[in-house]
Amino acid sequence: MDRIENLDCLLNKQKELEHTMDIRKANHDNTEYRELLICGGTGCVSSQSLKLLENLNEEIRNHGLENSARASITGCFGFCEKGPIVKVFPEDVFYVGVKPEDASNIVSTHLVQGRRVERLLYEEPTLKKKVHTQHEMEFYKKQERIALRNCGLINPELIEEYIANRGYEALGRCLLEMSPKDVIHIIKTAGLRGRGGGGFPTGLKWEYASKQNSDVKYVVCNADEGDPGAFMDRSILEGDPHSVIEAMVINGYAIGANKGYVYIRAEYPLAIKRLKNALKQARQVGLLGKDIMNTGFSFDIEIKYGAGAFVCGEETALIHSIEGGRGEPTTKPPFPAESGLWGKPTSVNNVETFSNVPAIIINGASWYNKFGSHTSKGTKVFALAGKINNVGLVEVPMGITLREIIYDIGGGIKDGKQLKAVQTGGPSGGCITADQLDVEIDYESLYSIGSMMGSGGMIVIDEDNCIVDIAKFYLEFTVEESCGKCTPCRVGNKRLYEMLTKITEGKGTEEDLEAMRNLAETIKLTSLCGLGQTAPNPVLSTMKYFYDEYLAHVRDKKCPAGVCQALLQYHISEDKCIGCTKCARVCPVSCISGKVKEVHVIDQELCIKCGACFEACPVNAISKG
Amino acid sequence: MINVNINGKIVEVPEGTTILEAAKLVNVKIPTLCHLDLHDIKMVNKAASCRVCVVEVEGRKTLAPACATPVFDGMVVKTDTKKAVKARRTVVELLLSDHPKDCLVCEKNLECELQALAAEMGLRHVKYEGELSEFPKDDSSFSIVRDMTKCIMCRRCETMCNEVQTVHALSGLGRGFDTVVGTAFNLPMYETTCTFCGQCLAVCPTAALAEVNNVPKVWDAINDEKKYVVVQTAPAVRVALGEEFGMEPGTVVTGKMVAALKGIGFDKVFDTDFAADLTIMEEASEFVHRLKHGGKLPILTSCCPGWVKFFEHQFNDMLDIPSSCKSPHEMFGSVAKTYLADKLGVKPENMVVVSVMPCVAKKYEAARPELGHGGTKDVDIVITTRELARMINEAGIGFNHLEEEEFDNPLGESTGASVIFGATGGVIEAALRTAYEWLTEETLENVEFEALRGIEGTKEATININGEDIHIAVTHGLGNARNLLERIRRGEAHYHAIEIMACPGGCIGGGGQPYHHGDLEILEKRIAGIYSEDRAKTIRKSHENPMIKKIYEEYLGEPYGEKAHELLHTYYVPRIKM
Repeated sequence: MDRIENLDCLLNKQKELEHTMDIRKANHDNTEYRELLICGGTGCVSSQSLKLLENLNEEIRNHGLENSARASITGCFGFCEKGPIVKVFPEDVFYVGVKPEDASNIVSTHLVQGRRVERLLYEEPTLKKKVHTQHEMEFYKKQERIALRNCGLINPELIEEYIANRGYEALGRCLLEMSPKDVIHIIKTAGLRGRGGGGFPTGLKWEYASKQNSDVKYVVCNADEGDPGAFMDRSILEGDPHSVIEAMVINGYAIGANKGYVYIRAEYPLAIKRLKNALKQARQVGLLGKDIMNTGFSFDIEIKYGAGAFVCGEETALIHSIEGGRGEPTTKPPFPAESGLWGKPTSVNNVETFSNVPAIIINGASWYNKFGSHTSKGTKVFALAGKINNVGLVEVPMGITLREIIYDIGGGIKDGKQLKAVQTGGPSGGCITADQLDVEIDYESLYSIGSMMGSGGMIVIDEDNCIVDIAKFYLEFTVEESCGKCTPCRVGNKRLYEMLTKITEGKGTEEDLEAMRNLAETIKLTSLCGLGQTAPNPVLSTMKYFYDEYLAHVRDKKCPAGVCQALLQYHISEDKCIGCTKCARVCPVSCISGKVKEVHVIDQELCIKCGACFEACPVNAISKG
Repeated sequence: MINVNINGKIVEVPEGTTILEAAKLVNVKIPTLCHLDLHDIKMVNKAASCRVCVVEVEGRKTLAPACATPVFDGMVVKTDTKKAVKARRTVVELLLSDHPKDCLVCEKNLECELQALAAEMGLRHVKYEGELSEFPKDDSSFSIVRDMTKCIMCRRCETMCNEVQTVHALSGLGRGFDTVVGTAFNLPMYETTCTFCGQCLAVCPTAALAEVNNVPKVWDAINDEKKYVVVQTAPAVRVALGEEFGMEPGTVVTGKMVAALKGIGFDKVFDTDFAADLTIMEEASEFVHRLKHGGKLPILTSCCPGWVKFFEHQFNDMLDIPSSCKSPHEMFGSVAKTYLADKLGVKPENMVVVSVMPCVAKKYEAARPELGHGGTKDVDIVITTRELARMINEAGIGFNHLEEEEFDNPLGESTGASVIFGATGGVIEAALRTAYEWLTEETLENVEFEALRGIEGTKEATININGEDIHIAVTHGLGNARNLLERIRRGEAHYHAIEIMACPGGCIGGGGQPYHHGDLEILEKRIAGIYSEDRAKTIRKSHENPMIKKIYEEYLGEPYGEKAHELLHTYYVPRIKM
């Protein structure tokens, strides 16, 4: 592609390429041409989607269909539960769980014979039948894709496809039709807020940085996604890297910066590869680098790798890491917008925040304003995980209820179990109970019920999960990921963790619960950075809503969910035992006694609670609790 | 100026003032621990890591660290609310929960800032229990012991080492509960670029960093009948030792110190000042030699072992510019084991030379293999001012009521020029007093070079000698030294002679001196003590010291001559820069 010289040149290019999107957007059958998009996200790639792509292309060649069909990769469809996904355009057919060996079937049946491959279609649980198109899937019905607009639609490795879908138009319009002030105004009135967790108004952040007098300013993209189970940012960078690049350049223009950094975890090799490729392409066509679109404005982007420290997601720690120092936070103020990277004004924004920007510029603030709640505009991407049927990535308008996400989009709880709680906000967040499912989700509402938006992790907990164990799991994560700088986080969270351990081991007391609450409150009040200030949230929110379960652990020495091993006891029911001796034979410590055809008994003193007898009993005579 | 309300009291302060500073103005005391403000030497530790100083600020959700939070106009601060007090208490309780409880036998017993804080808060039990940090003790070096189980992550040592001294031997390592301040690749201190200046331990609030304790070795030597134990004391010791016995900093306690050393049982008590005069004879000769024969200039002083190791690592391409003179206490040891031993009829191998120094680097220096000859070391044992105070206490000597005594001779006679070695600028001033007279063959009337004195980081003066302007620079603190040396390397600075001391303030601020606990006025008072001792001397020029004249006549021959070279000069080795 030639260098893009100006806005007209870009728009012409867009027109020229637009037709390549026709088949994907048309959503009808009146063409003979077929396009197959295969998910090229990390999840599906690890399930051999690239081999599948290779096989599909080979089959297409074998059948001589090169002129009537083609297959290529795209970004994450979000339906990771059933990956790898293959989507066939224009019919909108959505194949799930496709293996490389299914390629011949898809080509011979679908492409050659024009029949759908029934066995690869998704069975919609609500309808109890296979659905033929993506539009019929409940998973997608309530989603609104803005940040993920290009994931599952374009090939992230081709700048042409990004441009065909109005890519870089926002940048062109900003540079050539708008002043930096205008740009900030749009972002401000759109109500975009930081998607990394804090929810700070993005426009204000930009405005603050723009007002600083400095010879040099920086733009930093925070791609140090670290919440357990979260992969929103990774998916965006893998599926639509140009949207982030475009937004960073816009950010640079708005605040007067000429240099940007993407701080990305080194554990995201595919995202890095796609990003590098995108940077190269953008530079080649003059959309990045010196004198962009001949406007005199220059901006370039460098990638910096994180070594996998969760705390480097905190902006001051991230900045120190880029500077080559130890990744640990420093006190704010000064805020990065005032004194950030190398002491210069720096605008740090999260990947998802950035990916919203071009869409806002093109469609306008009032368009963006239509989505969302009173205080939180737009959409939010969540990573659904845990005991939920449709594990995956979803983008929903703010203000949607948790119930809609869990039951309508997420397909409800796995194996028909009872929902106990939903953990949002990752290790910094808290648990939301089944009673709160109708709360409309936004930054403020989540905060008011003791959780937070965080970067968008959403983990579903069912009746089989012990709430104390869950709190311990999250706290263990922050204890390990603390940078160790300040006392409350380094020592306080460790002590909190030790108290939780004591409780799960049946050694806790009611006084411990009070001490834990006190300590947790102090840690929140006194820690230096967001990591420490939010680390006790999982403990405090579970104590608030599931105090009975904590009491059961300390007072009755019972774990109601049967998770805490030390509190577990296996019993053989006298009524049910048939004296088959199977349990006694599998017991590794020989603590089960009883004669053949007589009731067996477990010696609780010796029992190591391994559960072997429980599994072995043919008549379910053994209970745990 | 902006207005701040602290506990209901209004105070007007300039912008940029911290809550802590503003609170001080209205007599509100906020406890601190990690915070350390050594403004004059440009060391301000604002890590805000301990969280001991947190206070309530109206409109802020979390508590604010007073030491690192700048005030804003109309700010309302409350330091004494239940919430703030309880939080600060909890923070200290947490620190104690991960701290060894061996205060009674700890190196820093009664000097520990954590201990003092716990006492101030009236803590009577350690509320939280749990795992204790475990780190192996690093006693690999001759100077510094690192016991990181006592580290509270205040980061003062790092700030000192990296920002003031620019040695970069220490950094935060690890994550979470296992986070600790350590060396690159966890190397033992001995294998790092550490200069052993000891400024880290001078600011460490606990005993995480401490000196290597050589007191038992000294007692063993004294109690060994076969050994003839001589002791020497550095200039800076006499103006600081009194602090350990409750005296005002800067009090000159030379006579009492000599009496105490005799009381402890040393066979002879000598003065490093004598060797300082000897150093001037050699260094001034070397300077004059270089000046007259087109030798390499500037000449850099080489008395400070921390500085020597620093340039061996960081400027190992410039090893030809420092003076080849040994440091004064090494010269003393060298002379003691030859000239003196001969005079006393003591076999050098039976003589033990003990140095009382304001410095922990001297411990390392004494162990340098090249500093000795014939299989004996010049100096056998080095103890610090603090260690000497402990010995005096151990020996049951009532220091404050001692009758003053005189140093023994012949190595006890000294001049005013030698005593000022203890303060920054003193060595070069002493050298000038001699070099001037040698070069001009005139008497120097005003011996006080005011421009070279004081706590300022780098000082300069130009002295006209025989019509030629001689440019002198003095710097102290290794960061200042680095700047100066880099300017010289780049050809931007031109001097004839430069004095460099590793420690801020010179030896009076050494790592082995009584702890100043952040009060830099103490350093100024010690400097004043040094100059008052100089003024009190009748002889104030090294070359006029009769004992110095005598030793050259009897033993050494010409200054900077062959014998002098053998005994009083050394060489440097390039070390890796990491």
